[in-house]
Amino acid sequence: MNVRRILGGAVAAALLLAPPAAAQGFAGLGTTVEGYAEVVPGRTFSFPEDHGPHPEFRIEWWYVTATLADADGRSFGLQWTLFRQAMTPDGRDEGWASNQIWMGHAAATSAESHAHAELFARGGTGQAGAVAAPFSAWIDGWEMTSEEEAFSPLRLRAQGADFAYDLRLVTDVLPVLQGDRGFSLKSDQGQASYYFSQPAFTAEGTLTIDGATHQVTGQAWMDREFSSQPLADDQDGWDWFALRLSDDVDLMLYRLRHAEGDNYFSGNWIENGVSTLLPRGAVRLEPERWTEVAGREVPTHWRVSVPDRDVALSVTPLNAQSWMDTSFPYWEGPVRFEGSHSGVGFLEMTGY
Amino acid sequence: MSVRSRPLFAALLSHWRRRPGQLATLLIGLALATALWSGVQALNAQARSSYDDAATALAGVQAPMLLPEEGATMPERVFVELRRAGWPVSPLVEGSLEVDGVTLRVLGIDPVSLPSGVGLPLFNPDDASPAALFLGDGLTLVSTDTLAELGAAEGDAPVVPAGALPPLTLQDDLAPALAVMDIGAAQRLLGRSGEISALALGSDRSRIIAPMDAATDQMLTRSLPREDGDLAGLADSLHLCLTAFGFLSFTVGLFIVHSAVGLAFEQRRPVLRTLRALGVPRRRLAAALVLELAGFAVVAGLAGMALGYVFAALLLPDVAASLRGLYGADVPGELRLDWTWWLAGLAISLVGTLVASASSLAKVWRMPILAPALPEAWHGEERRWLRWQSVAAVTLLALAALLGLLGSGLYAGFAMMGALLIGAALLLPAVLAVALTLGARTAERPEATWFWADGRQQLSGLSFALMALLLALSVNVGVGAMVGSFRTTFLSWLDQRLAPEIFWNAPDEARAGEIRDWLTAQPGVREILSRGDAEVRFADAPTSVVGVSDAASLRASFPFLAAEADPWDRLSAGTAAFISEQLARREGLELGAAIEVPGDTGLASYTVAGIFADYGNPRGQIRIGLAEFRTLFPDVPVTAHSVRADPAQTAALVAEMRDRFALPAGRLIDQERLKAFSRAIFERTFVVTGALNTLTLAVAGVALLTSLLTLAETRLPQLAPLWALGLRRGRLARLELLRMVALAAITAVVALPLGLALAWVLVAIINVEAFGWRLPLYHFPRDWVVLYALALLTALAATALPAWRLAHMAPARLLKVFADER
Repeated sequence: MNVRRILGGAVAAALLLAPPAAAQGFAGLGTTVEGYAEVVPGRTFSFPEDHGPHPEFRIEWWYVTATLADADGRSFGLQWTLFRQAMTPDGRDEGWASNQIWMGHAAATSAESHAHAELFARGGTGQAGAVAAPFSAWIDGWEMTSEEEAFSPLRLRAQGADFAYDLRLVTDVLPVLQGDRGFSLKSDQGQASYYFSQPAFTAEGTLTIDGATHQVTGQAWMDREFSSQPLADDQDGWDWFALRLSDDVDLMLYRLRHAEGDNYFSGNWIENGVSTLLPRGAVRLEPERWTEVAGREVPTHWRVSVPDRDVALSVTPLNAQSWMDTSFPYWEGPVRFEGSHSGVGFLEMTGY
Repeated sequence: MSVRSRPLFAALLSHWRRRPGQLATLLIGLALATALWSGVQALNAQARSSYDDAATALAGVQAPMLLPEEGATMPERVFVELRRAGWPVSPLVEGSLEVDGVTLRVLGIDPVSLPSGVGLPLFNPDDASPAALFLGDGLTLVSTDTLAELGAAEGDAPVVPAGALPPLTLQDDLAPALAVMDIGAAQRLLGRSGEISALALGSDRSRIIAPMDAATDQMLTRSLPREDGDLAGLADSLHLCLTAFGFLSFTVGLFIVHSAVGLAFEQRRPVLRTLRALGVPRRRLAAALVLELAGFAVVAGLAGMALGYVFAALLLPDVAASLRGLYGADVPGELRLDWTWWLAGLAISLVGTLVASASSLAKVWRMPILAPALPEAWHGEERRWLRWQSVAAVTLLALAALLGLLGSGLYAGFAMMGALLIGAALLLPAVLAVALTLGARTAERPEATWFWADGRQQLSGLSFALMALLLALSVNVGVGAMVGSFRTTFLSWLDQRLAPEIFWNAPDEARAGEIRDWLTAQPGVREILSRGDAEVRFADAPTSVVGVSDAASLRASFPFLAAEADPWDRLSAGTAAFISEQLARREGLELGAAIEVPGDTGLASYTVAGIFADYGNPRGQIRIGLAEFRTLFPDVPVTAHSVRADPAQTAALVAEMRDRFALPAGRLIDQERLKAFSRAIFERTFVVTGALNTLTLAVAGVALLTSLLTLAETRLPQLAPLWALGLRRGRLARLELLRMVALAAITAVVALPLGLALAWVLVAIINVEAFGWRLPLYHFPRDWVVLYALALLTALAATALPAWRLAHMAPARLLKVFADER
């Protein structure tokens, strides 16, 4: 018997709860929340405290994506993610008695290949965790750590069997709150998360993929989200975009897909560090082309528009096979876009 | 008019009352067959569950371990420090705990970081999440035995001074007295908070970012899973052969039952005919006969099971002793068998009896009421039968050949063996008939002509007993060759493996250097060989990489199965590697193939320059030069050494090393003693097999005797005229003896190639399919001669009684034949 495989599956199942048994949402994110802290509008965020963990909430993630290029103009992307999940609502986090489980995902993408790895750890021992200041989030040897007392600059690194990266991330702007001042509504039934981002990192370092190490530069984007029940029961998954329209403007958009009825669209316009929730109905996300990925059809090419803001884009992936074959598989990879604007960004699609 | 049941049975059973000897032989044959089968099954079941128990104890965690260099524990932070450096380690804590007067061995694990394939059967596949081990109250996993010993029920949470155990939960495959729980609970109960006993080291090295000594200041020693795995693999292979053997023995038994039942039916023909003539419907008669047989099967089956139990219990101490030697683990010295064993044994006896009697029952079914109850009618039937039998035999043999050519997999191997055996057995009467016909051509005198012709006539009655003899003999030849090959191979391999006189393992490299320096200065020392061991993932399976020094003694004795030119020079130069036979077979690697070995510092490419025998080791092994090994695994200390020394000075050297360097017993081994010990263990196992072999032959002898005894009765009408013509009784008896010996001799000649074919299937197909390595087949002609003599002796012994009876028969009985209607 493969203990690890069962473990992987079971811990992930415990971590993100049971696999989508019909009406459970992607990765079980639509399960009940009794005993955990509730997500309500009007929370006051404060930094650096909110860079650290919020164990009273059931789930939380630190999510970095970067679009990079080397001196020859070759494009790359990377992902570094740390998930935290409380298995019970009793808030224990001391030693082996900790109720926290951590999961790490890391990936590197080139036009030719997509390499990734997954890690699990229990909380309470120091094998994985996060602290607010000086900031650090880590699991085993993968880490995102402030070089000094200040949040920026950060060192970001991870490695797996066929990839590795080690980057320095620098930013001089404050995090921006997504949704309505950090309250990000995910459905009409009221499911929501607290959500803020750090959209404007410059990134520089090394990335190894396909057996070669490249000196790379580019931009990185960090998402922070914590919640106790972000999805409604009948939401199957989501399509999420982070697009850098210009040096001053970033656009975050998502679509939550309902098993029946209308999908839920939302997004924020982030200009010069000011984040504005786009009004209902302002966001249009339409699949343009589907690709067979890991035996299923995934919409890898998109038409994205926000007519109020004169945005009309055609989004294409760097590598249509950016499949994360992890305990809960999903698509995540760098994209570029043309149209009213041109540039690069990241796309995540779950529940396919 | 119908006959009521009681008189019907009284009529049928009266036959057995008149011939208690025949009844006894039928029952004995069936009982012996069942005994052989169930005994082997019991032995195997017991031994296998013992292996499993032993293999799952903590010592059996099948992963390399990092242990504190000094003391029994180390701080838990070492786990975190190594994880942060990317090392795939998982903490273990162990200790003993007195629970309700029972001493339990507690093993604490972290199920989240535990590497895969460590050999701990922690969770039933259909069980809930392993996270249950530490969530909520957690779980304490124990076996049924342990639960019983504690006098507790599942869900109980026994209390010890340090608190309550997590609720007890059944996990059947765990070793006795072992309790597996989450590491947090184990630390709390053992009073070892913040301490761990060992770190299991996984094989995924892809995330390592710092060497071990940079990651932690804790001094660690690396210990590999015990090499006894080799012996366990060999023992498993032997068990598979024993199972095959048990099956073959049972087949021999069925032939005996077939011949006994057939003869009994023939002798009861007048009774059966009379019953039918009296109006007993055919259906009712057949039902009564089936019922009678079933009764015998149950009685003989029960007796056989009991006999098998006794037989296994007698041999078990040997097996248990072997296991104790192999694993250092305690094996229960008594048999524990569950009711399914009994049920299965009875069922097999019942089904076997009915299968063996099917043809006789069919004959009764088709018997015409008014046909005279003469042997001739029977023989007419028999000739047709012989033709069909020959056709079936040829078909089966063709099937066996086809399976050998095209089949793959263990079941194809077993099917091939079955087809070969049964096919050959069915062909035997035809072969004998041809031999007797050829014999008749040489005959000139009338007496000789009669000798051969009568042999042919007797053939039908004896054919099943002779088939049983054939099977018994060929099984003997086959298993003998297999066990002999096992022994020869294993002992010579043991000699090669343990060729150096002394083995030692220093706690670290510095000490290893000290000891090496000292040894070099000793007069009796000829050569010192260093060896490094590491565990990697190669072709997606855990594989050992062994770095070896190039030494004259290794060159001389290395067990190559195939090698290119100058393998050792190329190994030392770092361009070549040797791989074990299992790895070569599994990955389809041949000499000259290029392989990539994942070291801690990166991939290294080698050409396969040699393939060596590594019997019994379930893991593949790659051997590379020591210098290469140090480059690939800079963090793995090379501390294992063997020493070629003057045998006369070995004991003194070992004693002095022990004193001077304070090496504990496990780190300093006098190989000569180890070799003697291993040899003794295996000899014991071979003795068990020998005992089984002898028993099978005895069973075949019984079959022959019963057949001849019953045949003697029916042969009187054939013998009486010869006596009347002037042949003396003594002469007749001698001719009977001679004919039987001739038949046995021909059978034994056929048995030899059949047995060798059987052995070939066992070692070249079944063993390879089951274990991935091929046992070289050796032949033992001296054993064949002995067995041949034994076959003739068996035939003589079986014929002696009927012949003696004939020689001393009252002439009146012979005369009576002419008066009798029959």
